[in-house]
Amino acid sequence: MGRSSNSKQSQSDGTIYESLVNKGFSRRDFLKFCTSITATLALPVSLTSKVAEALETSQKPILVWLEFQDCAGDTESTLRATAPTIGEVVLDILSIEYHETIMAAAGHQAEKSLMDVVANHPGKYLAVVEGAIPTKDGGVYCCIGGKSAVDIAKEVCGSAMATIANGSCAAYGGIAAAEPNPTGAVGVMDLLPGIPLINMPGCPVNVDNLIAVVVHLLTFGTLPATDKLLRPYFAYGKRIHDNCERRGHFDAGQYVRQWGDEGHRQGWCLYEMGCKGPVAFQNCPSIKFNEGTSWPIQAGHGCIACAAPRNWDDMAPIYAKVPSVAGFGIEASADKIGLGIAAAAGAAVVAHGIGRMVSGGKRPKDED
Amino acid sequence: MARERLRTYAWEVPVRLTHWIFVLCMVSFTITGFYIADPYVHAVSSDQYIMGWMRYIHYITGYVFLVAFLVRLYWAFVGNQYASWRVWIPLTGRQWKDLWGAASFYLFISKKPPYSVGHTALAGVTYFLVFLLFAFQIVSGFALYSITHQGTIWTLLGGWLTGVMSLATIRMLHYLVMYVLLAFTVVHVYIGWYLDLKERNGLMGSIFDGYKFVTGKEWE
Repeated sequence: MGRSSNSKQSQSDGTIYESLVNKGFSRRDFLKFCTSITATLALPVSLTSKVAEALETSQKPILVWLEFQDCAGDTESTLRATAPTIGEVVLDILSIEYHETIMAAAGHQAEKSLMDVVANHPGKYLAVVEGAIPTKDGGVYCCIGGKSAVDIAKEVCGSAMATIANGSCAAYGGIAAAEPNPTGAVGVMDLLPGIPLINMPGCPVNVDNLIAVVVHLLTFGTLPATDKLLRPYFAYGKRIHDNCERRGHFDAGQYVRQWGDEGHRQGWCLYEMGCKGPVAFQNCPSIKFNEGTSWPIQAGHGCIACAAPRNWDDMAPIYAKVPSVAGFGIEASADKIGLGIAAAAGAAVVAHGIGRMVSGGKRPKDED
Repeated sequence: MARERLRTYAWEVPVRLTHWIFVLCMVSFTITGFYIADPYVHAVSSDQYIMGWMRYIHYITGYVFLVAFLVRLYWAFVGNQYASWRVWIPLTGRQWKDLWGAASFYLFISKKPPYSVGHTALAGVTYFLVFLLFAFQIVSGFALYSITHQGTIWTLLGGWLTGVMSLATIRMLHYLVMYVLLAFTVVHVYIGWYLDLKERNGLMGSIFDGYKFVTGKEWE
């Protein structure tokens, strides 16, 4: 891929392990990688040898990376690092035949290489999708080389061995599908229900999870077990709040109340600042981002539940504890509505009492 | 006193007991629930466990409330006529007529108090709606609980709701319905006191000892 000019030559045959050795990684580095990826997949450590064996023997799969309504953030997340890690190199040495952001080919030549993969390797290549797919008005809002994203996705994902919907836009439509969703954007699972698909939502995707899925596929020949939303359990099975390093402060009752206040400097819980950790599911607290450097809550910002469907609509506002109530205007928090209801009841009672006094307040005579 | 007042047993023990359990639960729910929604006390040291205790009490209360709810629901089918589910749902013409009668009394349209040994027709419908809100609070509460407590029982009690709406929406509705129930409580206590004054039937005392004092108009 982009970073190394010689990877193209060495890709056609050879295994992943051989490619790693060629790139200067030691056997020890390789086994460390296998161990950590086995742990990421929540597999028993005894399966490390199976993972290593698979990477030693399996041929590099062909991979095409499609970008639709996206910001290339997942691509950035995958490529950007101060030093290439072994995981990134594993991705690098996959036979990436098509990736708009980094491929050398352009124009019809590039589109041809994509179509060659579909035609020559049906059912044998991996498709990674980044970005939402607009469906409104015949799909005109995203066209590449004269073809709509809908048509490209149907053609490429439809005959792939498996599709990885990479990032929240590809999984659910993401920010492109947020209200009012002018382009009718959807995720892959809504456009192509029933295809072999795994969702890797996140904004951006955590590249360690992405690599783990690829390794799982190479090792076992199947996609890892997924939940109702087609997200792998190993990465999305646990709630952020339950593994959060600030959880102790939540239970104690120590909260950041204002950006930069004493609690914020002390690293207290961000719950009152609107952190969505209690309703968000991902393994961020465990594996973090950028080679385990940090993650949003560690950096002092609440979680925005980026891997949850419709998070821009359902979880908004980002900095409020309870979401705002639709249909009451943007300023109407549940608090205001609730206090309004309670106040209305109190006012009705007072009005009734006054009304009773005005109307005489006589008790009915028992002779009535 | 032109007419003799009859001391009539209206509210059986399970009705009164569940009523007061609901009251205590709502006090507990509101104090702890408000804290969970918006922590109003802040810990001064990290060896405190304020949110932990608030959530713990909220959950315990949830179980107490669930059991009381089920007991009261059961009693709606086996209890006396004043506890029956039939007074909750206006199925007869008489109930609809009384419904309007009670409403027009409260709105100063009529001066005739809605005499009734048990609930007035309006009260019956209101309690039915309150029970639906109770049911929603139970389901939404267990839906939120099911996030960390996975298993068939939690899925049945509320976990299924997470497939219908997002967790954030469930939280918001759970919180909003609390306000609706608080508003209900204000009106409920006021009307109880008001009818007691108007009808002199011992309504406020009846929820303690079960007896109401009726003049005979209630039977008409």
